[in-house]
Amino acid sequence: MELFAMFIASVIVYGIPLLYGTVGEIITEKSGSLNLGVEGIMAVGAIIGYLVGSKADSMFVAMLFAFLAAAFMGLIFAVLTVTLKANQNVTGLTITTFGLGFYFFIGKAVGSDWKLLGGNLKEAYANIDIPLLSKIPYVGDMFFSHNIFVYLGIIIAIVVFIYLFKTKAGLKTRAIGENPAAADAAGINVNLYKYLNIIIGAGIMGLGGLAMGLKMDGSFEGSNCWINGYGWIAIALVIFAKWNPLIAIAGTFVFGFFNSLQVYSGSFATSYPNAFGWLASIPTEFYKALPFIITALVLIISSIRKKKVPDEPTAMGLNYYREDR
Amino acid sequence: MKKRILVAILVVAMVASLAVVFAGCDNAPKTFNPDGVFKIGAIYINSQNDNSGYTYAHHTAIKKAMANLYLDEDRLAIVDNVPEEDDAVNAAIDTLVGQGCDLIIGISFGYINAMNNKAKEYPNVLFTHATGYMSNDTNFNNYFGRIYQARYLAGIAAGLKSLEIKNNKIGYVSAYTTAYAETASGINAFAMGAIAANPDAKVYVKKLGSWGNETMEKSLAEALIQEGCGVISQHCDSAQPQIAAQNAEVFGCGYNSDMTAQAPDAHLTATVWHWDVYYQKAILTAMGGMENFMEKMGKDYYAGLKEGLVGVSPLSKNCAAGTDKAIEAVSKLILSGEWDVFSGVKLSVDAQGKITKTNADLKDCNGNVIVEAGGKSVDDSVIKSTMNYLIEGVIGDYDIKE
Repeated sequence: MELFAMFIASVIVYGIPLLYGTVGEIITEKSGSLNLGVEGIMAVGAIIGYLVGSKADSMFVAMLFAFLAAAFMGLIFAVLTVTLKANQNVTGLTITTFGLGFYFFIGKAVGSDWKLLGGNLKEAYANIDIPLLSKIPYVGDMFFSHNIFVYLGIIIAIVVFIYLFKTKAGLKTRAIGENPAAADAAGINVNLYKYLNIIIGAGIMGLGGLAMGLKMDGSFEGSNCWINGYGWIAIALVIFAKWNPLIAIAGTFVFGFFNSLQVYSGSFATSYPNAFGWLASIPTEFYKALPFIITALVLIISSIRKKKVPDEPTAMGLNYYREDR
Repeated sequence: MKKRILVAILVVAMVASLAVVFAGCDNAPKTFNPDGVFKIGAIYINSQNDNSGYTYAHHTAIKKAMANLYLDEDRLAIVDNVPEEDDAVNAAIDTLVGQGCDLIIGISFGYINAMNNKAKEYPNVLFTHATGYMSNDTNFNNYFGRIYQARYLAGIAAGLKSLEIKNNKIGYVSAYTTAYAETASGINAFAMGAIAANPDAKVYVKKLGSWGNETMEKSLAEALIQEGCGVISQHCDSAQPQIAAQNAEVFGCGYNSDMTAQAPDAHLTATVWHWDVYYQKAILTAMGGMENFMEKMGKDYYAGLKEGLVGVSPLSKNCAAGTDKAIEAVSKLILSGEWDVFSGVKLSVDAQGKITKTNADLKDCNGNVIVEAGGKSVDDSVIKSTMNYLIEGVIGDYDIKE
């Protein structure tokens, strides 16, 4: 039972950066832009946020700079695709390449002066026990004793859901994502909304990157990026969540479940050979592929169901030319 | 008339210049080190600017060896970030040969086929390949080390610590398990060292499934700690397993570099390579000519504790009392050549450095006898890649029954 509680806690801790990436991408895609730069944006947010935050020895500063640095990457994407009408796929991939390069460049430039997670930053990253609830045996450890990013991520997901589906600004954003020409005719400032959503979305991704960097104790090793492919999983997760931030919360933990399963399956197999012994015979690579297999299945199922209103924003990935109306 | 003379002069000039060009590219084979300036070429898997990890370890070792031999740094040509693909390695070798390199060092296992082929194409250049198994008689060798001897010593440190903290569970994050003899021998030697110091110790192994993945390295170490392991060892690049140990207030043994800086209250000692030992000897002998190199270094260079190619980093303050004595006693035994790790003689060592030898079968975790009691060490099973089992006392999770 204890092993199971640890497993669930690990699912949540390692899954949560995905939620930031996913929610950030949902806002971006709902406004009609497909940003494939999640991995790079998270990397930039992570390294700038961590470095500035550990210098200032403050979690608030770390979060602020992670958000701002990532938002700046979003601004670059917005200028290129919204104003200059560059191809969104190519621009997104460029942002990823640039972001990862920037991450290693900065990391190696700092070199041996690198500081591991410590001081106020470490204290602020420690698990926060929610009063009363965290005292419940097992359940408390699983769900109510986590670091600040877990709670913040869920709050952000809920806020983004309310913004997108319950406010006027959200309605306008969705209108642009479905049909920018109609939205424009209705008097919505298409470019302004696209800019804002892309920038805020990127900022949220940056916070996820910071969560990842802190989970790695800010140890820069130069051969592997902290983000470790999570940005790409987040893009898949958007499809899985059907562009809904609330489903994204659940989706994050489904993806996190398989991610952690490759870590814990051996423990389950050795601890409970009768019930879980079969887990040991599944190769690690299978767990790594699972999130993507599930996403493919979701795509297949949703395309068979042929809903009248597709989940995918209709104008996503297409640049809006006002002159073509 | 003037024009004709001019044309004639031009024709003569052209013919003459062609003749000069042809004379320049004579097809006679070049000899070893034709310009008299000995140059070294290195092919790296990662960047030469790395500040930790595998490439970093080799790059600093080559530079150290060159400094010891008073060779200028401009004698070293590098092609880095070369993936393990034949095309990329071929191009890197062509580049280095073009720059006049006389000795070409390839540090990654996957360079093996390209190096083997290029050694035939450039018979007057020496090729040396880390961790491989191919070679030829004239200009291509490989080098590797008995890193398992150092792992045995680190295992002793872990075993004594497990006695001190009264926790017999020792964790081990490994890149792979039985798929590679390199990883299997590392796990086995470490476990045997731990058991020599603490007969009740059990080593719990978790497999990474790749040579480097920081996120997984950390979560695997955390899982091992949560399962109750009190010492965490590793066969992977990053310091994340040691950082996990530090955070959870348990202990650990690192790999490749002294990780005490990253985990000051957790790290005991790390298993380390001293690649400069090989490089210094290799460069020196290569400067004496190709035959000299092949004769002195051999087709398969395989050294260990004795030659100083492998070792353990300085013991930290976290080590249990007597760790230094125990490790010293066992190193002496290995250095003397009278005992080696994978043999039919089992050691037990205490904190006073007292060693007791007993003849016992070396068995794998399924009970098959590998070496009979009193038998000789199967030392060569590491380079011959026949060590595809985990020994008794190791509890692995994946592919254990392969």
